[in-house]
Amino acid sequence: MKSFEYLQPTTLEEALAALPTSRDPKERERVRLIAGGQDLLTEMKEHLAEPDLVVDLKRIEGLDKIRVQSDGSLVIGATCTLAALEEHAHVREHFAVLSRAAGSVGSTQIRSVASVGGNLCQRPRCWYYRSEQIPCIKKGGAECFAYSGLNKYNAILGGGPSYIVHPSDLAPALVALGAEITLRSATQQRILPLERFFTLPSEGRVQQENDLGPGEMVVELKVPSLPAGAGTWRSDYFKVRERGSYDFALAALALALLVDDGTIRGARLCLGAVAPIPWRADKAEALLVGRKVDDEACRLAGEAALAGARPLEHNGYKLDLTRGLISKALRQLASS
Amino acid sequence: MAALNLTINGDRLETAAPDHWTLLEVLRYRLGLTGSKQGCDKGDCGACTVLLDGQPVLACLTLAGLAQGRAVTTIEGLMPAHAREGKSGADPVQDAFDRCGALQCGFCQPGMILSARALLNANAHPTRAQIRAALAGNLCRCTGYTQIVEAVEYAVAVAAGVEPAPRAWETPRARLTDIEEQGTRRPSGQARP
Ligand SMILES: Cc1cc2nc3c(=O)[nH]c(=O)nc-3n(C[C@H](O)[C@H](O)[C@H](O)COP(=O)(O)OP(=O)(O)OC[C@H]3O[C@@H](n4cnc5c(N)ncnc54)[C@H](O)[C@@H]3O)c2cc1C
Ligand code: SF4
Ligand code: FES
Ligand code: FES
Repeated sequence: MKSFEYLQPTTLEEALAALPTSRDPKERERVRLIAGGQDLLTEMKEHLAEPDLVVDLKRIEGLDKIRVQSDGSLVIGATCTLAALEEHAHVREHFAVLSRAAGSVGSTQIRSVASVGGNLCQRPRCWYYRSEQIPCIKKGGAECFAYSGLNKYNAILGGGPSYIVHPSDLAPALVALGAEITLRSATQQRILPLERFFTLPSEGRVQQENDLGPGEMVVELKVPSLPAGAGTWRSDYFKVRERGSYDFALAALALALLVDDGTIRGARLCLGAVAPIPWRADKAEALLVGRKVDDEACRLAGEAALAGARPLEHNGYKLDLTRGLISKALRQLASS
Repeated sequence: MAALNLTINGDRLETAAPDHWTLLEVLRYRLGLTGSKQGCDKGDCGACTVLLDGQPVLACLTLAGLAQGRAVTTIEGLMPAHAREGKSGADPVQDAFDRCGALQCGFCQPGMILSARALLNANAHPTRAQIRAALAGNLCRCTGYTQIVEAVEYAVAVAAGVEPAPRAWETPRARLTDIEEQGTRRPSGQARP
Protein backbone atom coordinates (compact mmCIF):
# COMPACT_ATOMS: atom_id res chain seq x y z
CA MET A 1 0.00 0.00 0.00
CA LYS A 2 1.25 3.50 -0.77
CA SER A 3 1.50 5.74 2.28
CA PHE A 4 -1.04 8.51 2.77
CA GLU A 5 -2.17 11.13 5.21
CA TYR A 6 -5.00 10.07 7.47
CA LEU A 7 -7.69 12.50 8.57
CA GLN A 8 -10.25 11.63 11.24
CA PRO A 9 -12.79 14.46 11.21
CA THR A 10 -15.54 14.58 13.83
CA THR A 11 -17.99 16.68 11.79
CA LEU A 12 -19.51 16.27 8.34
CA GLU A 13 -18.42 19.80 7.40
CA GLU A 14 -14.80 18.99 8.12
CA ALA A 15 -14.97 15.82 6.02
CA LEU A 16 -16.65 17.62 3.10
CA ALA A 17 -14.12 20.44 3.20
CA ALA A 18 -11.35 17.89 2.59
CA LEU A 19 -12.90 16.62 -0.66
CA PRO A 20 -11.57 18.09 -3.93
CA THR A 21 -14.22 19.82 -6.04
CA SER A 22 -12.30 19.50 -9.29
CA ARG A 23 -13.88 17.55 -12.17
CA ASP A 24 -10.48 16.14 -13.12
CA PRO A 25 -10.56 12.42 -12.18
CA LYS A 26 -6.86 12.49 -11.23
CA GLU A 27 -7.43 15.34 -8.82
CA ARG A 28 -10.51 13.60 -7.33
CA GLU A 29 -8.58 10.36 -6.85
CA ARG A 30 -6.12 12.15 -4.57
CA VAL A 31 -8.62 11.98 -1.71
CA ARG A 32 -10.68 8.95 -0.74
CA LEU A 33 -13.30 8.47 1.93
CA ILE A 34 -13.05 5.43 4.14
CA ALA A 35 -15.83 3.96 6.28
CA GLY A 36 -15.37 0.25 7.05
CA GLY A 37 -12.48 0.04 4.61
CA GLN A 38 -13.52 -3.48 3.62
CA ASP A 39 -13.43 -2.53 -0.04
CA LEU A 40 -11.11 0.48 -0.14
CA LEU A 41 -8.22 -1.23 1.65
CA THR A 42 -8.34 -4.17 -0.75
CA GLU A 43 -8.17 -1.67 -3.63
CA MET A 44 -5.27 0.18 -2.03
CA LYS A 45 -3.34 -3.02 -1.42
CA GLU A 46 -3.68 -3.85 -5.13
CA HIS A 47 -2.64 -0.29 -6.07
CA LEU A 48 -6.01 0.29 -7.77
CA ALA A 49 -6.48 3.28 -5.48
CA GLU A 50 -3.51 5.35 -4.34
CA PRO A 51 -4.87 8.38 -2.53
CA ASP A 52 -2.64 10.98 -0.87
CA LEU A 53 -5.29 11.64 1.75
CA VAL A 54 -7.74 9.20 3.34
CA VAL A 55 -10.68 10.73 5.20
CA ASP A 56 -12.21 8.46 7.85
CA LEU A 57 -15.96 8.89 8.33
CA LYS A 58 -16.32 6.69 11.41
CA ARG A 59 -15.79 9.43 13.98
CA ILE A 60 -18.54 11.69 12.66
CA GLU A 61 -21.15 11.87 15.38
CA GLY A 62 -24.57 10.46 14.50
CA LEU A 63 -23.71 9.42 10.92
CA ASP A 64 -24.10 5.75 11.90
CA LYS A 65 -27.65 5.98 13.23
CA ILE A 66 -30.82 4.25 12.05
CA ARG A 67 -33.83 6.44 12.79
CA VAL A 68 -37.41 5.17 12.60
CA GLN A 69 -39.73 8.05 11.66
CA SER A 70 -43.27 8.42 13.03
CA ASP A 71 -44.70 7.02 9.76
CA GLY A 72 -42.56 3.89 10.10
CA SER A 73 -40.09 4.92 7.38
CA LEU A 74 -36.34 4.67 7.95
CA VAL A 75 -33.45 7.06 7.76
CA ILE A 76 -30.15 5.18 7.67
CA GLY A 77 -26.88 7.06 8.16
CA ALA A 78 -24.05 6.34 5.71
CA THR A 79 -21.72 4.82 8.30
CA CYS A 80 -24.32 2.52 9.85
CA THR A 81 -22.78 -0.95 9.89
CA LEU A 82 -24.30 -3.90 8.05
CA ALA A 83 -24.40 -5.83 11.34
CA ALA A 84 -26.46 -3.06 12.97
CA LEU A 85 -28.79 -2.91 9.97
CA GLU A 86 -29.25 -6.67 9.89
CA GLU A 87 -30.08 -6.86 13.58
CA HIS A 88 -32.31 -3.77 13.92
CA ALA A 89 -35.70 -4.98 15.22
CA HIS A 90 -37.86 -2.55 13.18
CA VAL A 91 -35.88 -3.31 10.02
CA ARG A 92 -36.29 -7.04 10.59
CA GLU A 93 -40.01 -6.74 11.08
CA HIS A 94 -40.95 -4.23 8.40
CA PHE A 95 -38.09 -4.31 5.88
CA ALA A 96 -37.08 -7.99 6.00
CA VAL A 97 -35.49 -7.81 2.55
CA LEU A 98 -33.05 -5.18 3.78
CA SER A 99 -32.06 -7.07 6.92
CA ARG A 100 -31.58 -10.25 4.90
CA ALA A 101 -29.55 -8.50 2.19
CA ALA A 102 -27.28 -6.96 4.86
CA GLY A 103 -26.87 -10.39 6.47
CA SER A 104 -25.82 -11.91 3.14
CA VAL A 105 -22.79 -9.65 2.69
CA GLY A 106 -19.35 -11.22 3.23
CA SER A 107 -18.53 -12.74 6.61
CA THR A 108 -19.33 -11.86 10.23
CA GLN A 109 -16.04 -9.97 10.50
CA ILE A 110 -16.77 -7.90 7.42
CA ARG A 111 -20.35 -7.06 8.42
CA SER A 112 -19.29 -5.90 11.85
CA VAL A 113 -17.46 -2.91 10.31
CA ALA A 114 -18.70 -2.56 6.70
CA SER A 115 -20.97 0.45 6.19
CA VAL A 116 -24.12 1.09 4.19
CA GLY A 117 -22.54 4.00 2.25
CA GLY A 118 -19.42 1.96 1.50
CA ASN A 119 -21.52 -0.98 0.35
CA LEU A 120 -23.35 1.19 -2.19
CA CYS A 121 -20.15 2.91 -3.38
CA GLN A 122 -17.91 -0.20 -3.50
CA ARG A 123 -16.01 -0.79 -6.74
CA PRO A 124 -16.59 -3.71 -9.15
CA ARG A 125 -15.21 -7.22 -8.63
CA CYS A 126 -14.52 -7.98 -12.33
CA TRP A 127 -11.17 -9.76 -12.11
CA TYR A 128 -9.69 -7.75 -14.96
CA TYR A 129 -10.52 -4.59 -13.05
CA ARG A 130 -9.05 -6.01 -9.84
CA SER A 131 -5.80 -6.95 -11.52
CA GLU A 132 -3.39 -4.02 -11.33
CA GLN A 133 -1.69 -4.97 -14.59
CA ILE A 134 -4.75 -4.87 -16.84
CA PRO A 135 -5.65 -1.48 -18.33
CA CYS A 136 -9.30 -2.13 -19.18
CA ILE A 137 -11.93 0.50 -20.02
CA LYS A 138 -12.89 0.79 -16.34
CA LYS A 139 -9.38 2.05 -15.65
CA GLY A 140 -9.22 4.41 -18.61
CA GLY A 141 -7.97 1.87 -21.17
CA ALA A 142 -9.47 1.10 -24.55
CA GLU A 143 -10.68 -2.48 -24.24
CA CYS A 144 -13.07 -4.56 -22.14
CA PHE A 145 -11.11 -7.75 -21.57
CA ALA A 146 -14.10 -9.52 -20.03
CA TYR A 147 -16.14 -9.08 -23.21
CA SER A 148 -13.79 -11.28 -25.23
CA GLY A 149 -12.19 -13.14 -22.31
CA LEU A 150 -13.42 -14.93 -19.20
CA ASN A 151 -16.83 -13.55 -18.40
CA LYS A 152 -18.57 -16.14 -16.22
CA TYR A 153 -19.37 -13.52 -13.54
CA ASN A 154 -20.14 -10.59 -15.82
CA ALA A 155 -23.34 -8.86 -16.94
CA ILE A 156 -26.13 -10.36 -19.03
CA LEU A 157 -28.17 -7.15 -19.00
CA GLY A 158 -27.27 -3.50 -19.58
CA GLY A 159 -23.63 -4.19 -20.43
CA GLY A 160 -21.32 -2.24 -22.76
CA PRO A 161 -18.77 -0.84 -23.08
CA SER A 162 -17.96 -2.30 -19.63
CA TYR A 163 -19.71 -5.51 -18.57
CA ILE A 164 -19.31 -5.41 -14.80
CA VAL A 165 -22.10 -6.48 -12.50
CA HIS A 166 -22.77 -4.21 -9.56
CA PRO A 167 -21.45 -6.14 -6.54
CA SER A 168 -23.61 -4.57 -3.81
CA ASP A 169 -26.17 -6.74 -2.02
CA LEU A 170 -27.83 -3.76 -0.35
CA ALA A 171 -28.46 -1.95 -3.62
CA PRO A 172 -31.16 -4.31 -5.02
CA ALA A 173 -32.93 -4.41 -1.64
CA LEU A 174 -32.93 -0.62 -1.24
CA VAL A 175 -34.00 -0.06 -4.87
CA ALA A 176 -36.86 -2.55 -4.49
CA LEU A 177 -38.00 -0.62 -1.41
CA GLY A 178 -37.97 2.67 -3.34
CA ALA A 179 -35.22 4.25 -1.21
CA GLU A 180 -33.89 7.76 -1.77
CA ILE A 181 -30.25 8.70 -1.32
CA THR A 182 -29.01 11.98 0.12
CA LEU A 183 -25.74 13.31 -1.29
CA ARG A 184 -23.99 16.29 0.16
CA SER A 185 -21.06 18.49 -0.82
CA ALA A 186 -19.61 21.48 1.01
CA THR A 187 -22.05 23.74 -0.86
CA GLN A 188 -25.17 21.74 -1.67
CA GLN A 189 -27.39 18.78 -0.89
CA ARG A 190 -29.20 16.56 -3.41
CA ILE A 191 -31.80 13.88 -2.80
CA LEU A 192 -32.48 11.43 -5.59
CA PRO A 193 -34.14 8.05 -6.03
CA LEU A 194 -31.47 5.43 -5.38
CA GLU A 195 -32.43 3.84 -8.69
CA ARG A 196 -31.16 6.97 -10.47
CA PHE A 197 -27.95 7.12 -8.42
CA PHE A 198 -26.52 4.08 -10.19
CA THR A 199 -25.43 4.69 -13.78
CA LEU A 200 -24.85 2.36 -16.72
CA PRO A 201 -21.41 2.41 -18.36
CA SER A 202 -23.12 3.48 -21.60
CA GLU A 203 -24.37 6.61 -19.87
CA GLY A 204 -20.97 8.19 -20.23
CA ARG A 205 -19.02 7.75 -17.02
CA VAL A 206 -17.51 4.34 -17.61
CA GLN A 207 -14.98 4.74 -14.82
CA GLN A 208 -17.66 5.33 -12.22
CA GLU A 209 -20.69 3.23 -11.17
CA ASN A 210 -22.82 6.08 -9.88
CA ASP A 211 -23.71 9.74 -10.12
CA LEU A 212 -21.51 10.92 -7.25
CA GLY A 213 -20.21 14.35 -8.28
CA PRO A 214 -16.98 16.14 -7.36
CA GLY A 215 -16.85 16.93 -3.64
CA GLU A 216 -19.95 14.85 -2.91
CA MET A 217 -20.50 12.05 -0.44
CA VAL A 218 -23.40 9.86 0.60
CA VAL A 219 -24.86 11.01 3.92
CA GLU A 220 -28.03 8.97 4.34
CA LEU A 221 -30.68 6.73 2.83
CA LYS A 222 -34.41 7.28 3.27
CA VAL A 223 -36.52 4.16 3.03
CA PRO A 224 -40.29 4.74 2.82
CA SER A 225 -42.74 2.24 4.27
CA LEU A 226 -44.32 0.01 1.65
CA PRO A 227 -47.74 1.47 0.69
CA ALA A 228 -50.65 0.14 2.73
CA GLY A 229 -53.12 -2.05 0.86
CA ALA A 230 -55.30 -5.09 1.23
CA GLY A 231 -53.22 -7.99 2.56
CA THR A 232 -49.72 -7.95 3.98
CA TRP A 233 -46.34 -7.18 2.46
CA ARG A 234 -43.71 -9.87 2.71
CA SER A 235 -40.20 -9.40 1.50
CA ASP A 236 -36.96 -11.30 1.30
CA TYR A 237 -33.55 -11.32 -0.37
CA PHE A 238 -32.61 -14.36 -2.43
CA LYS A 239 -28.94 -14.77 -3.26
CA VAL A 240 -27.27 -17.56 -5.19
CA ARG A 241 -23.55 -17.93 -4.68
CA GLU A 242 -20.98 -20.46 -5.74
CA ARG A 243 -19.81 -21.10 -2.21
CA GLY A 244 -22.10 -21.47 0.78
CA SER A 245 -19.92 -19.85 3.44
CA TYR A 246 -19.64 -16.34 2.02
CA ASP A 247 -19.43 -15.03 -1.50
CA PHE A 248 -20.59 -12.41 -3.94
CA ALA A 249 -23.81 -13.28 -5.77
CA LEU A 250 -23.99 -15.13 -9.07
CA ALA A 251 -27.54 -13.79 -9.23
CA ALA A 252 -29.71 -12.21 -6.58
CA LEU A 253 -33.27 -11.03 -6.21
CA ALA A 254 -34.82 -8.54 -3.82
CA LEU A 255 -38.53 -9.27 -3.75
CA ALA A 256 -41.47 -7.73 -1.91
CA LEU A 257 -45.02 -8.96 -2.44
CA LEU A 258 -48.36 -7.68 -1.18
CA VAL A 259 -50.53 -10.77 -1.12
CA ASP A 260 -54.23 -10.81 -0.33
CA ASP A 261 -55.94 -14.18 -0.17
CA GLY A 262 -53.48 -15.69 -2.66
CA THR A 263 -53.69 -12.80 -5.12
CA ILE A 264 -50.77 -10.41 -5.67
CA ARG A 265 -51.80 -6.80 -5.03
CA GLY A 266 -48.38 -5.25 -5.20
CA ALA A 267 -44.89 -6.37 -6.24
CA ARG A 268 -41.33 -5.04 -6.14
CA LEU A 269 -38.55 -6.93 -7.93
CA CYS A 270 -34.95 -5.90 -8.31
CA LEU A 271 -32.21 -8.19 -9.60
CA GLY A 272 -28.61 -8.11 -8.41
CA ALA A 273 -25.37 -9.40 -9.99
CA VAL A 274 -26.77 -9.52 -13.53
CA ALA A 275 -26.14 -5.93 -14.70
CA PRO A 276 -23.83 -2.97 -14.04
CA ILE A 277 -26.60 -1.48 -11.89
CA PRO A 278 -29.25 -3.01 -9.63
CA TRP A 279 -31.81 -4.10 -12.25
CA ARG A 280 -35.36 -3.06 -11.37
CA ALA A 281 -37.84 -5.33 -13.13
CA ASP A 282 -40.80 -2.93 -13.33
CA LYS A 283 -42.52 -4.75 -16.21
CA ALA A 284 -42.50 -7.96 -14.20
CA GLU A 285 -43.89 -6.04 -11.22
CA ALA A 286 -46.78 -4.66 -13.28
CA LEU A 287 -47.80 -7.96 -14.82
CA LEU A 288 -47.80 -9.80 -11.50
CA VAL A 289 -50.44 -7.52 -9.97
CA GLY A 290 -53.85 -9.20 -9.95
CA ARG A 291 -52.43 -12.68 -10.53
CA LYS A 292 -52.01 -15.70 -8.33
CA VAL A 293 -48.53 -17.20 -8.11
CA ASP A 294 -48.70 -20.15 -10.51
CA ASP A 295 -46.49 -21.59 -13.28
CA GLU A 296 -47.74 -19.02 -15.77
CA ALA A 297 -47.08 -16.06 -13.47
CA CYS A 298 -43.56 -17.30 -12.69
CA ARG A 299 -42.79 -17.83 -16.36
CA LEU A 300 -44.08 -14.42 -17.40
CA ALA A 301 -42.27 -12.63 -14.58
CA GLY A 302 -39.00 -14.35 -15.51
CA GLU A 303 -39.44 -13.44 -19.16
CA ALA A 304 -40.26 -9.82 -18.40
CA ALA A 305 -37.40 -9.40 -15.93
CA LEU A 306 -34.86 -10.79 -18.39
CA ALA A 307 -36.21 -9.07 -21.51
CA GLY A 308 -33.30 -7.84 -23.62
CA ALA A 309 -30.72 -10.05 -21.90
CA ARG A 310 -27.63 -10.74 -24.00
CA PRO A 311 -25.35 -13.21 -22.26
CA LEU A 312 -21.65 -13.36 -23.08
CA GLU A 313 -19.73 -16.54 -23.91
CA HIS A 314 -19.50 -17.97 -20.36
CA ASN A 315 -22.49 -16.56 -18.50
CA GLY A 316 -25.52 -17.94 -20.33
CA TYR A 317 -26.23 -19.98 -17.20
CA LYS A 318 -27.33 -16.77 -15.49
CA LEU A 319 -30.51 -16.77 -17.59
CA ASP A 320 -31.74 -20.11 -16.21
CA LEU A 321 -30.42 -19.30 -12.79
CA THR A 322 -32.28 -15.99 -12.62
CA ARG A 323 -35.51 -17.44 -14.01
CA GLY A 324 -35.34 -20.22 -11.45
CA LEU A 325 -34.60 -17.75 -8.68
CA ILE A 326 -37.60 -15.58 -9.58
CA SER A 327 -39.88 -18.59 -9.68
CA LYS A 328 -38.61 -19.99 -6.38
CA ALA A 329 -38.80 -16.61 -4.67
CA LEU A 330 -42.36 -15.88 -5.84
CA ARG A 331 -43.60 -19.26 -4.64
CA GLN A 332 -41.79 -19.01 -1.35
CA LEU A 333 -43.07 -15.54 -0.50
CA ALA A 334 -46.62 -16.18 -1.70
CA SER A 335 -46.94 -19.28 0.45
CA SER A 336 -45.16 -18.03 3.57
CA MET B 1 4.74 8.08 11.02
CA ALA B 2 2.06 8.54 13.63
CA ALA B 3 2.04 7.88 17.35
CA LEU B 4 -0.47 5.20 18.28
CA ASN B 5 -2.09 4.72 21.65
CA LEU B 6 -3.56 1.26 21.68
CA THR B 7 -5.26 -0.87 24.31
CA ILE B 8 -4.36 -4.46 23.59
CA ASN B 9 -5.47 -7.34 25.79
CA GLY B 10 -6.09 -4.82 28.55
CA ASP B 11 -2.62 -3.23 28.33
CA ARG B 12 -2.18 0.37 27.23
CA LEU B 13 0.63 0.47 24.71
CA GLU B 14 2.31 3.34 22.96
CA THR B 15 3.96 2.77 19.63
CA ALA B 16 4.39 4.49 16.29
CA ALA B 17 3.82 3.32 12.74
CA PRO B 18 3.24 4.81 9.29
CA ASP B 19 -0.38 5.93 8.72
CA HIS B 20 -1.00 3.25 6.13
CA TRP B 21 -0.11 0.33 8.40
CA THR B 22 -2.90 -2.03 9.32
CA LEU B 23 -3.63 -3.19 12.83
CA LEU B 24 -2.28 -6.60 11.79
CA GLU B 25 1.06 -5.11 10.76
CA VAL B 26 1.34 -3.15 14.00
CA LEU B 27 0.49 -6.22 16.08
CA ARG B 28 2.97 -8.46 14.32
CA TYR B 29 5.81 -6.17 13.31
CA ARG B 30 5.79 -3.50 16.02
CA LEU B 31 4.46 -5.32 19.07
CA GLY B 32 5.66 -8.84 18.38
CA LEU B 33 2.16 -10.28 18.83
CA THR B 34 2.43 -12.86 16.08
CA GLY B 35 -0.56 -14.93 17.17
CA SER B 36 -2.72 -13.03 14.67
CA LYS B 37 -1.84 -14.58 11.33
CA GLN B 38 -1.26 -12.89 8.01
CA GLY B 39 -2.90 -15.29 5.56
CA CYS B 40 -4.34 -13.62 2.49
CA ASP B 41 -3.99 -10.04 3.75
CA LYS B 42 -7.14 -9.07 1.85
CA GLY B 43 -10.19 -10.15 3.79
CA ASP B 44 -10.68 -13.65 2.43
CA CYS B 45 -9.35 -16.06 5.07
CA GLY B 46 -10.07 -14.74 8.59
CA ALA B 47 -6.66 -15.84 9.97
CA CYS B 48 -6.07 -12.26 11.19
CA THR B 49 -9.36 -12.05 13.15
CA VAL B 50 -9.12 -10.05 16.38
CA LEU B 51 -11.83 -8.60 18.61
CA LEU B 52 -12.41 -4.85 18.55
CA ASP B 53 -14.64 -3.85 21.48
CA GLY B 54 -15.71 -7.49 21.51
CA GLN B 55 -16.66 -7.65 17.81
CA PRO B 56 -14.69 -9.90 15.46
CA VAL B 57 -12.90 -7.87 12.77
CA LEU B 58 -10.20 -8.53 10.21
CA ALA B 59 -6.98 -6.93 11.43
CA CYS B 60 -5.62 -6.97 7.86
CA LEU B 61 -8.47 -4.67 6.76
CA THR B 62 -8.35 -2.36 9.78
CA LEU B 63 -6.11 0.69 9.75
CA ALA B 64 -4.16 0.82 12.98
CA GLY B 65 -5.30 4.41 13.58
CA LEU B 66 -8.89 3.21 13.69
CA ALA B 67 -8.18 0.92 16.64
CA GLN B 68 -7.14 3.82 18.89
CA GLY B 69 -9.43 4.31 21.87
CA ARG B 70 -10.92 0.85 21.45
CA ALA B 71 -10.24 -2.45 23.16
CA VAL B 72 -8.32 -4.92 21.02
CA THR B 73 -8.29 -8.59 22.00
CA THR B 74 -5.86 -10.95 20.29
CA ILE B 75 -5.35 -14.66 20.83
CA GLU B 76 -2.53 -13.83 23.26
CA GLY B 77 -5.10 -12.12 25.50
CA LEU B 78 -7.58 -14.95 25.99
CA MET B 79 -5.72 -16.92 28.65
CA PRO B 80 -4.74 -13.88 30.75
CA ALA B 81 -8.35 -12.62 30.58
CA HIS B 82 -9.52 -16.03 31.78
CA ALA B 83 -6.97 -15.88 34.62
CA ARG B 84 -8.12 -12.37 35.56
CA GLU B 85 -11.56 -13.84 36.19
CA GLY B 86 -9.88 -16.02 38.78
CA LYS B 87 -10.08 -19.17 36.67
CA SER B 88 -7.27 -21.53 35.83
CA GLY B 89 -6.09 -23.01 32.56
CA ALA B 90 -6.86 -21.84 29.05
CA ASP B 91 -10.00 -20.10 27.83
CA PRO B 92 -12.72 -22.79 27.52
CA VAL B 93 -12.82 -22.32 23.73
CA GLN B 94 -9.07 -22.88 23.49
CA ASP B 95 -9.40 -25.90 25.74
CA ALA B 96 -12.22 -27.33 23.61
CA PHE B 97 -10.19 -26.90 20.39
CA ASP B 98 -7.39 -28.76 22.09
CA ARG B 99 -9.58 -31.62 23.34
CA CYS B 100 -11.42 -32.04 20.05
CA GLY B 101 -8.30 -32.03 17.89
CA ALA B 102 -9.71 -29.10 15.96
CA LEU B 103 -6.47 -28.32 14.21
CA GLN B 104 -3.75 -29.68 12.03
CA CYS B 105 -1.28 -27.00 10.99
CA GLY B 106 -2.95 -24.52 13.36
CA PHE B 107 -2.66 -21.48 11.13
CA CYS B 108 -6.40 -20.78 11.12
CA GLN B 109 -6.78 -21.46 14.81
CA PRO B 110 -6.26 -18.06 16.45
CA GLY B 111 -8.85 -16.54 14.11
CA MET B 112 -11.25 -19.46 14.51
CA ILE B 113 -11.03 -19.31 18.28
CA LEU B 114 -11.63 -15.56 18.41
CA SER B 115 -14.64 -15.82 16.07
CA ALA B 116 -16.00 -18.61 18.26
CA ARG B 117 -15.28 -16.61 21.43
CA ALA B 118 -17.22 -13.62 20.05
CA LEU B 119 -20.13 -15.88 19.12
CA LEU B 120 -20.31 -17.47 22.56
CA ASN B 121 -20.07 -14.08 24.28
CA ALA B 122 -23.15 -12.97 22.34
CA ASN B 123 -25.02 -16.27 22.31
CA ALA B 124 -24.25 -18.93 24.90
CA HIS B 125 -26.35 -21.62 23.20
CA PRO B 126 -25.83 -21.36 19.44
CA THR B 127 -27.25 -23.97 17.09
CA ARG B 128 -24.94 -25.80 14.72
CA ALA B 129 -26.17 -23.57 11.90
CA GLN B 130 -25.34 -20.46 13.95
CA ILE B 131 -21.87 -21.80 14.69
CA ARG B 132 -21.26 -22.46 11.02
CA ALA B 133 -22.51 -18.99 10.08
CA ALA B 134 -20.32 -17.31 12.71
CA LEU B 135 -17.24 -19.16 11.46
CA ALA B 136 -18.04 -18.79 7.75
CA GLY B 137 -15.34 -16.15 7.31
CA ASN B 138 -12.60 -18.33 8.80
CA LEU B 139 -11.09 -20.67 6.25
CA CYS B 140 -9.22 -23.83 7.18
CA ARG B 141 -7.33 -25.77 4.57
CA CYS B 142 -6.58 -28.77 6.80
CA THR B 143 -9.31 -30.04 9.09
CA GLY B 144 -12.43 -30.23 6.96
CA TYR B 145 -14.18 -28.16 9.68
CA THR B 146 -15.99 -31.03 11.41
CA GLN B 147 -13.78 -31.00 14.51
CA ILE B 148 -13.87 -27.22 14.62
CA VAL B 149 -17.67 -27.10 14.81
CA GLU B 150 -17.54 -29.91 17.35
CA ALA B 151 -15.05 -27.99 19.46
CA VAL B 152 -17.40 -25.03 19.67
CA GLU B 153 -20.26 -27.37 20.61
CA TYR B 154 -17.99 -28.93 23.21
CA ALA B 155 -17.26 -25.51 24.72
CA VAL B 156 -21.00 -24.75 24.78
CA ALA B 157 -21.73 -28.03 26.58
CA VAL B 158 -18.97 -27.49 29.13
CA ALA B 159 -20.16 -23.94 29.85
CA ALA B 160 -23.72 -25.25 30.31
CA GLY B 161 -22.49 -28.02 32.62
CA VAL B 162 -23.87 -30.83 30.43
CA GLU B 163 -22.12 -33.88 29.05
CA PRO B 164 -20.58 -33.02 25.63
CA ALA B 165 -21.91 -35.10 22.72
CA PRO B 166 -19.53 -37.79 21.45
CA ARG B 167 -17.11 -36.45 18.87
CA ALA B 168 -17.10 -37.64 15.27
CA TRP B 169 -14.06 -39.89 15.55
CA GLU B 170 -15.57 -41.56 18.58
CA THR B 171 -18.70 -42.67 16.67
CA PRO B 172 -18.07 -43.37 12.99
CA ARG B 173 -21.77 -44.14 12.36
CA ALA B 174 -22.97 -40.85 13.74
CA ARG B 175 -20.43 -39.05 11.62
CA LEU B 176 -21.74 -40.59 8.42
CA THR B 177 -25.31 -39.54 9.18
CA ASP B 178 -24.11 -36.09 10.00
CA ILE B 179 -22.31 -35.74 6.70
CA GLU B 180 -25.32 -37.08 4.81
CA GLU B 181 -27.58 -34.57 6.48
CA GLN B 182 -25.34 -31.75 5.45
CA GLY B 183 -25.61 -33.08 1.92
CA THR B 184 -21.91 -32.77 1.23
CA ARG B 185 -21.22 -36.45 0.70
CA ARG B 186 -23.15 -39.69 0.48
CA PRO B 187 -21.94 -43.24 1.05
CA SER B 188 -21.34 -44.80 -2.35
CA GLY B 189 -24.11 -46.91 -3.82
CA GLN B 190 -26.85 -45.13 -1.93
CA ALA B 191 -29.52 -43.45 -3.98
CA ARG B 192 -30.35 -39.78 -3.59
CA PRO B 193 -33.26 -39.31 -1.21
C1 LIG C 1 -13.89 -11.11 1.41
C2 LIG C 1 -14.90 -10.08 1.02
C3 LIG C 1 -16.21 -10.47 0.74
C4 LIG C 1 -17.16 -9.52 0.40
N1 LIG C 1 -18.43 -9.94 0.12
C5 LIG C 1 -19.38 -9.03 -0.22
C6 LIG C 1 -20.73 -9.44 -0.52
O1 LIG C 1 -21.06 -10.62 -0.44
N2 LIG C 1 -21.62 -8.49 -0.85
C7 LIG C 1 -21.31 -7.17 -0.93
O2 LIG C 1 -22.18 -6.34 -1.22
N3 LIG C 1 -20.04 -6.75 -0.68
C8 LIG C 1 -19.07 -7.63 -0.31
N4 LIG C 1 -17.79 -7.22 -0.06
C9 LIG C 1 -17.41 -5.81 -0.31
C10 LIG C 1 -17.38 -4.88 0.91
O3 LIG C 1 -16.83 -5.48 2.01
C11 LIG C 1 -18.74 -4.43 1.33
O4 LIG C 1 -19.41 -3.97 0.22
C12 LIG C 1 -18.76 -3.34 2.39
O5 LIG C 1 -20.09 -3.02 2.68
C13 LIG C 1 -18.06 -2.06 2.00
O6 LIG C 1 -18.33 -1.10 3.02
P1 LIG C 1 -17.15 -0.33 3.75
O7 LIG C 1 -17.78 0.60 4.71
O8 LIG C 1 -16.16 -1.27 4.29
O9 LIG C 1 -16.57 0.47 2.51
P2 LIG C 1 -15.19 1.23 2.32
O10 LIG C 1 -14.16 0.26 1.88
O11 LIG C 1 -14.89 2.10 3.47
O12 LIG C 1 -15.62 2.14 1.09
C14 LIG C 1 -15.96 1.56 -0.17
C15 LIG C 1 -15.94 2.64 -1.24
O13 LIG C 1 -16.96 3.60 -1.02
C16 LIG C 1 -16.43 4.89 -0.79
N5 LIG C 1 -17.24 5.46 0.28
C17 LIG C 1 -17.37 4.98 1.55
N6 LIG C 1 -18.28 5.69 2.24
C18 LIG C 1 -18.75 6.63 1.39
C19 LIG C 1 -19.71 7.69 1.50
N7 LIG C 1 -20.40 7.90 2.63
N8 LIG C 1 -19.93 8.48 0.43
C20 LIG C 1 -19.26 8.28 -0.72
N9 LIG C 1 -18.35 7.30 -0.90
C21 LIG C 1 -18.09 6.49 0.15
C22 LIG C 1 -14.97 4.68 -0.48
O14 LIG C 1 -14.18 5.78 -0.88
C23 LIG C 1 -14.65 3.43 -1.26
O15 LIG C 1 -14.36 3.74 -2.60
C24 LIG C 1 -16.82 -8.14 0.32
C25 LIG C 1 -15.50 -7.76 0.61
C26 LIG C 1 -14.55 -8.70 0.97
C27 LIG C 1 -13.16 -8.25 1.29
S1 SF4 D 1 -16.21 -5.62 -17.55
FE1 SF4 D 1 -15.54 -3.53 -17.03
S2 SF4 D 1 -14.05 -3.91 -15.40
FE2 SF4 D 1 -14.27 -5.87 -16.47
S3 SF4 D 1 -12.70 -5.89 -18.10
FE3 SF4 D 1 -14.57 -5.04 -18.99
S4 SF4 D 1 -14.27 -2.80 -18.76
FE4 SF4 D 1 -12.88 -3.78 -17.31
S1 FES E 1 -5.19 -12.19 6.58
FE1 FES E 1 -6.92 -10.98 7.05
S2 FES E 1 -8.53 -12.11 6.14
FE2 FES E 1 -6.77 -13.24 5.48
S1 FES F 1 -5.57 -26.31 10.77
FE1 FES F 1 -4.39 -25.77 9.01
S2 FES F 1 -5.58 -24.08 8.24
FE2 FES F 1 -6.86 -24.85 9.78
